[in-house]
Amino acid sequence: MAESIVQYKDVHKSFGDIDVLKGIDLDIQPAEKVALIGPSGSGKTTIIRMLMTLEEPTMGVIDVGGRNLWQMEKKGEWVRADDPHLHSIRGDIGMVFQHFNLFPHMTILENCMLAPVLVKNESKKEVKATAVEMLEKVGLGDKIELYPAQLSGGQKQRVAMARALMMRPKVMLFDEVTSALDPELVGEVLEVIRDLAKEGEMAMILVTHEMDFALDIADRVVFLNDGVIEEEGHPEDILVNPKSERLQDFLSRFTVNR
Amino acid sequence: MGSLPDIFSTLVQGLKVTLLVLVLSIICSTIIALVAGLSRVSTNRLVTGVTGFYVEIFRGTSLIVQLFWFSYALPGLFNIHLGSDIWVAVLAISLNYGAYMSEIVRGSIQAVPSGQTEASIALNLSKFQRMRHIIIPQAVRMMLPEYGNYLIQILKATSLVSLIGLTDLLYYGNIYRSTHLSDSPTVYLLLLVMYFVIALPLIAFTKKMESVSKKGVAHG
Repeated sequence: MAESIVQYKDVHKSFGDIDVLKGIDLDIQPAEKVALIGPSGSGKTTIIRMLMTLEEPTMGVIDVGGRNLWQMEKKGEWVRADDPHLHSIRGDIGMVFQHFNLFPHMTILENCMLAPVLVKNESKKEVKATAVEMLEKVGLGDKIELYPAQLSGGQKQRVAMARALMMRPKVMLFDEVTSALDPELVGEVLEVIRDLAKEGEMAMILVTHEMDFALDIADRVVFLNDGVIEEEGHPEDILVNPKSERLQDFLSRFTVNR
Repeated sequence: MGSLPDIFSTLVQGLKVTLLVLVLSIICSTIIALVAGLSRVSTNRLVTGVTGFYVEIFRGTSLIVQLFWFSYALPGLFNIHLGSDIWVAVLAISLNYGAYMSEIVRGSIQAVPSGQTEASIALNLSKFQRMRHIIIPQAVRMMLPEYGNYLIQILKATSLVSLIGLTDLLYYGNIYRSTHLSDSPTVYLLLLVMYFVIALPLIAFTKKMESVSKKGVAHG
């Protein structure tokens, strides 16, 4: 087995008195596609938000490429990670949000160019060429001069994906990326993710309620319930032949077409 | 009975001081508002505490007392002289309005949705880059209409400087009236008109900014 790109070791997270995650152990292999499913409030989104450094774990360790994300060594002791430490690891992670979070004061092209130019100091000319290519890939090559407000939800989400891809992350996180979309726009977004999954080299963690989609593209499905991993395994085993009662109960609310 | 051109030519002598105090106060109060507004969203407790104290003191006391304080009390008490009367006036107005306007700066920065910050973190932008490229450009769009309103208020506040002996529009109006009592209505009508004409570009600016700010801001 190759070395994991991401490793959660007994990770806990509480918000005030509420324990959202109660000991998560999870290994992600390079290029692996993992779907996180579970009832709302089960902590799926918190798991990936901690990896994106948007939430700090209350306890436990998250390793990215063998490096401890939230702690760093200083004079032989492990201390809380500072900004430069997080910055040095965060480049390997990308994220697409439920509500897109495009920058409304910039064109689509500028949205895609901003980070590579500022963070990676790449030349504007090269970044622009890559950005145009990337936007063409998600089917928006003719819209690069528009502002986010001029796009449909599905188009916005495709821009958000192109923008995240510009940083060439090793792990891409998808946080319920179709939940805020009108039903008829879900397909075009899933199509782009499916293409990305086929390309292969990037690991993907998808928090999703699209069970058919998870069955289709995931290498592994992880069922989260009440802050713990209740069941995980091959998509067929999890989604078609669930063992635990809770998972059966959860899946009964969806119709999986297989 | 004085004629209208007579009155006008007297009042015009105060125009320079009014405009000078106005322009300098706008520049200084804007700088103060930006610095104080940014300080109030800082994570450093000392910085937020000190600026919070400044804002509440200057919002909570009257501008006219502040003018007198800078002009008469400080020199008398501590032998602090703040330079010419023009600068005393500009300083008092700027500190007063800077305090009010810093609240718009703070409010607008806090009104930028948290998703914008999260997206910039996900793209690995530094704290400074986040502020400079994502938060402030959007906050500025939100603060502009109210900013315009404050500029108009600053213009009106400049009329107080005659009370510390500056020779502005109102000062010349009062001088003229004291020798031509029967012309009082004409003098003050003309003053109103002149203040309004100076305010026109500021009003136009505010209107324009309202339409600008409707574009390019994240919602939700």
